Amino acid sequence: MLLAGTIVTGIGTIFLFLGSLGILRMPDVYNRLQAGTKCTTLGAFLTIIGVGIMQPNWLPKTLVIALFILITNPISNHALGRASRKSGVSLCDRSVVDKAEEFAEFKEKE
Amino acid sequence: MASNISDIVFLAVVAAGVVLCLLRMLKGPTAPDRAVAVDTIATITTALFVLLGSIFERYVYLDVALVYAVLTFIGSVAIARFLEKGI
Repeated sequence: MLLAGTIVTGIGTIFLFLGSLGILRMPDVYNRLQAGTKCTTLGAFLTIIGVGIMQPNWLPKTLVIALFILITNPISNHALGRASRKSGVSLCDRSVVDKAEEFAEFKEKE
Repeated sequence: MASNISDIVFLAVVAAGVVLCLLRMLKGPTAPDRAVAVDTIATITTALFVLLGSIFERYVYLDVALVYAVLTFIGSVAIARFLEKGI
């Protein structure tokens, strides 16, 4: 049980580190958002569940924390991305497609 | 205390991640960049609280992590609201 929890926690911490590397290295706010959101959600989930596997008495509360992160982290990052799009942060110059231009609420205000 | 070698490795990896996010927060050209970096640091810190509770064998750290997750969620949504349409 201890070995399984240690392995799961190790995978989680590696994902946390890779998410931070994406935050530093990506060229754009939106790329940084997707790197940070996906890697950090999976990393935090695996880390907390791994601690719960390591110490089985703690499993209910760690499950509550992990499910809370799994629900709220995409919501807050979605709000941040929408806010940065609405406040006029431009895409990087290597971007290919911009689907948000088709919606009226994201058009540039005159 | 952190006696196992695995605990020290975990803490070092997570600390390296926080340092990378901190660099982006210092460099970031626009305000949403810094907000994204701060939000990522908050999520990493929630996982770090649970990890520290496992290392120090204190059950109270789980409560701290839960309250911290709730507060940073509210803070991120408030920052996004502020960036979108001002106060």
